[in-house]
Amino acid sequence: MKEREVVRVGDGVLLALAIGLAVFGVAMIYSAGKLEIPSSVTGIWVKQFIWLTISLVAFGLVQRVGIRWLEWLAPATYALSILGLIAVLVIGIGPGPRSWIRFGGVGFQPSEFAKLATILMLARIVAGRERSPDNLWDLWPHLAVVVVPALLIIAQPDLGTASVFIAILMAALYWSGLPTSRLLMVLSPFVSLALAFSTPVWGLWFLLLLALLYRTRAFLSESVAVMVANVAMGVVVHPFWDNLANYQKLRILAFLEPQLDPQGAGWHLIQSQVAIGSGGWLGKGFAAGTQKRLAFLPEQHTDFIVAVVGEELGFIGIAVVLLAFTIILTRVLKIAEQTTDRFASMVVFGIFACWFTHLVSNIGMTVGLFPITGVPLLFLSYGGSFLLVAFVSLAIIQRVAAESKAGP
Amino acid sequence: MSSISPPRKLQHPARVQLARWLVFAIMLVLAVQFFRIQILKYTTFALRSDNNRIRALPIPAARGTIYDRNGIVVAENVPGYSIAVLPPSVDSLRAVLKRLAVILGQSEEKVDQLIATYRRHPDRPVIVEADASFSEVSAIEERRAALSSGIVVEATPKRHYPLGSTLAHVVGYVAEVNESELRQPEYEGYKPGRIVGQTGVERVYERTLSGEPGTRYIEVNALGRLVGDFKSEETVPSRPGRDLHLNIDVRLQQRAVELFPDSMAGAVVVLEAKGGAVLALHSAPNFDPNEFVGGMEPLAWRALNTDPRRPLFNRAVSATYPPGSTFKPVLAGIAMKEGYARLGTHMPIPCRGALLYYGRVFRDWTPLGHGNVDLRGAIRASCDVYFYQLGLKIGLDNILSAVPDFGFGRATGIDLPSEIAGVFPTTREWYNRRYGQRGWTNSVVLNLSIGQGENSQNPLKMAQFYAALANDGILPTPRVARDGVLAEPAGRLPLDEQQLAVLRLALVDVVNAPNGTGTLARLERWTVAGKTGTAQNPHGEDHAWFVGFAPAESPEVVAAVIVEGGGYGSAVAAPIVGQLIQAYLGRGEPEPGPQTVAGR
Repeated sequence: MKEREVVRVGDGVLLALAIGLAVFGVAMIYSAGKLEIPSSVTGIWVKQFIWLTISLVAFGLVQRVGIRWLEWLAPATYALSILGLIAVLVIGIGPGPRSWIRFGGVGFQPSEFAKLATILMLARIVAGRERSPDNLWDLWPHLAVVVVPALLIIAQPDLGTASVFIAILMAALYWSGLPTSRLLMVLSPFVSLALAFSTPVWGLWFLLLLALLYRTRAFLSESVAVMVANVAMGVVVHPFWDNLANYQKLRILAFLEPQLDPQGAGWHLIQSQVAIGSGGWLGKGFAAGTQKRLAFLPEQHTDFIVAVVGEELGFIGIAVVLLAFTIILTRVLKIAEQTTDRFASMVVFGIFACWFTHLVSNIGMTVGLFPITGVPLLFLSYGGSFLLVAFVSLAIIQRVAAESKAGP
Repeated sequence: MSSISPPRKLQHPARVQLARWLVFAIMLVLAVQFFRIQILKYTTFALRSDNNRIRALPIPAARGTIYDRNGIVVAENVPGYSIAVLPPSVDSLRAVLKRLAVILGQSEEKVDQLIATYRRHPDRPVIVEADASFSEVSAIEERRAALSSGIVVEATPKRHYPLGSTLAHVVGYVAEVNESELRQPEYEGYKPGRIVGQTGVERVYERTLSGEPGTRYIEVNALGRLVGDFKSEETVPSRPGRDLHLNIDVRLQQRAVELFPDSMAGAVVVLEAKGGAVLALHSAPNFDPNEFVGGMEPLAWRALNTDPRRPLFNRAVSATYPPGSTFKPVLAGIAMKEGYARLGTHMPIPCRGALLYYGRVFRDWTPLGHGNVDLRGAIRASCDVYFYQLGLKIGLDNILSAVPDFGFGRATGIDLPSEIAGVFPTTREWYNRRYGQRGWTNSVVLNLSIGQGENSQNPLKMAQFYAALANDGILPTPRVARDGVLAEPAGRLPLDEQQLAVLRLALVDVVNAPNGTGTLARLERWTVAGKTGTAQNPHGEDHAWFVGFAPAESPEVVAAVIVEGGGYGSAVAAPIVGQLIQAYLGRGEPEPGPQTVAGR
């Protein structure tokens, strides 16, 4: 059998960087728990360490699973994750959005697993076709596979995670070779959603879209569908905005103008920037960040772990972390590029897109470039399900790399 | 771009390249943004980080000690405890205060006051109790864990007045500076929470006594709770205030309080005849300044403030009364100066107990009358009928223009707050304004001539005038504090040596002649000179005055006493002045009876 001859380690550098970042993450979570006030975060690094151990075991197991097996397992995995998302709506628990299920004493976030399952399912659909689709009507299975979990997650409600699914969909279509014009058509309703806050801007966008449809000589039915979707998104945004939870509205407004409410919604962003900014070149020293220590920094072990890095290790520490992530992303991209298996390539690129989105929105929000969505930071943030899924994803990437090296 | 993937080549190289460049570009954007925040804007954010967590707590300075002229302590500092709270929010402050109120026995009203203070200055510590007892502090320390970590207990110097109420109106008291005071230029540079002198010399010499508070830097967390001292910033120590020495003689003051207990209302002023040093100044009823230290419960404050007997009112400088017959030497002085009378001048109509003037009867104080008296006799017996005629002879215009030269109508300039300048009409216009063109007649001059009517003076002013009579005509500026240069005299009476001597002679008669009105002020060892007075009181019994000095040959001391509702000055006020003069001139000699020296 081919699997027996497979080289065990696909990409040593990638693996080393990932484990290194995860261990560094445990250290930063330890620091995040060093507070002057009693906090539930103190001692939480032990849990993360246990999760890291579990994740490494899972990594070892998943790495042994061949790519064809994964392709075969994809529908079942996907179905299971959808069930999990439904379950979370029924019996789920907070804090914030209801995104957790408890098994015994262990909390689980089905949405994290749903991301990977959706990536696998999308890859299977794309790989199952001879040609890449060149009109929108052929895309309905792709859309359906993504929209179902995304809607279930919006219902939690967790907009940050749901937006990651849009990125996963766009990445899959991009990598599958869908023509750019069609890619833009699929993307257009989401752009409408974002621009609908200002009617003139949205109108301009709509005119551009009409020009695109005319130039690409889209089918009439396609044009109508795209326009209807765009108008619908443009209209729906207002009741949708009204239905957002208050904290979600405040987060968006706070991103636009943090000084509006410095004690409330703007607090996270302001305190995060003060923490990072006061770090300077070398930082205040490990576990010595005052913003963190005196509890000015919120969510310092999850969403804002990078602010702890910035405050305590300074710009140098941040630069090292950014460099590590850049190397990880380019290596994953290279593996996706080099594999000759269409399914494997789709899976790896899907994971790449998912990770990239997480990195950009998490790090971007701590420095005020992105709204505060509450997505965690890959390998560093506290969170068992997230870390486990990251290492399972890494195992799949390593397997693909190993199979590519072994050759077909 | 072809829409069909060629075999074996799964990905479009352009799309791979685009993805790769997107990674580099976005990571670069992130790195640049971090560089901007961490390196370019480092100073700004480092400062904000410090402002987040460092609070400056004032260290109160020890106020200067106040001594009397013999070194007896009048105001000092004793160790005390202040309890402050650094609350993160109004709600948590309310919760902490509710728990503290049980221990400290504070009313709900006081709690509301503290919350209002916090709302105005949320970044400042709230001083819950500026004067906590040791047992209260230990009760708080025992329950600290259950209370809140934001409670700061500090040892602070606390003001103490060992003499209690004896010197209340002179020393005043201290209390936390309030909002309206902070806006006055007097308190420029002061911060809320600082303890300042509220009345008396504590207030007038505030800048001397108060010193400069220091600063202690502490670190707080996001909940605003105290974490500890901030190590990197040096504590700035406080600079204690300077001591203050008073002219007051505490033993004389104590004698004044004995002679003038709180059951009576009125005032006592004793001055050194030369230079204006204030030896004793007493206003009854009194209050205990120690009650104000550390803040008073609102209920107690209201009780004191609305007491109908007005114990907080310093009658010696802030109350004015018609001077009555104590004003007659002024009239006599004007008459001599303008040449209308001399010592032996008689008036046309002898005194038969009343004077008829345009159909109106103006009574003498005694219906028996004084017969045909000269100026000396009229002063001695305080003959009103004589002075009615004298006043008519001088004329209203001359009286109105001459009286200001005797120092009346303006404040003495004593170093105590809230002095009220007395009232004396200056022109006929004054009457027109007050009563209308035809609302008054020339008969006002009769009332003015005996110290009644539109004339009211405070006891200190009368003491100052008599000091001038005793002191070759020089009007001294009264001084409570001894420190610093002697104040310039306030002026000089427009009388020559001989005229002054004549007046003194008449005043000696008042006390020492057999039919004088002030005989109850007479002393065996010293010749007392002085004048009684009875001020008409529309609200009740007349006020009794006596102002005198001694020894008459070479005056050392002047005393003015007013007893509200005391009736005839000769009966009530004169003996008090006599006793005070005795106590002062006989100082240093063994006193008969138990000694009452200042102590704790």
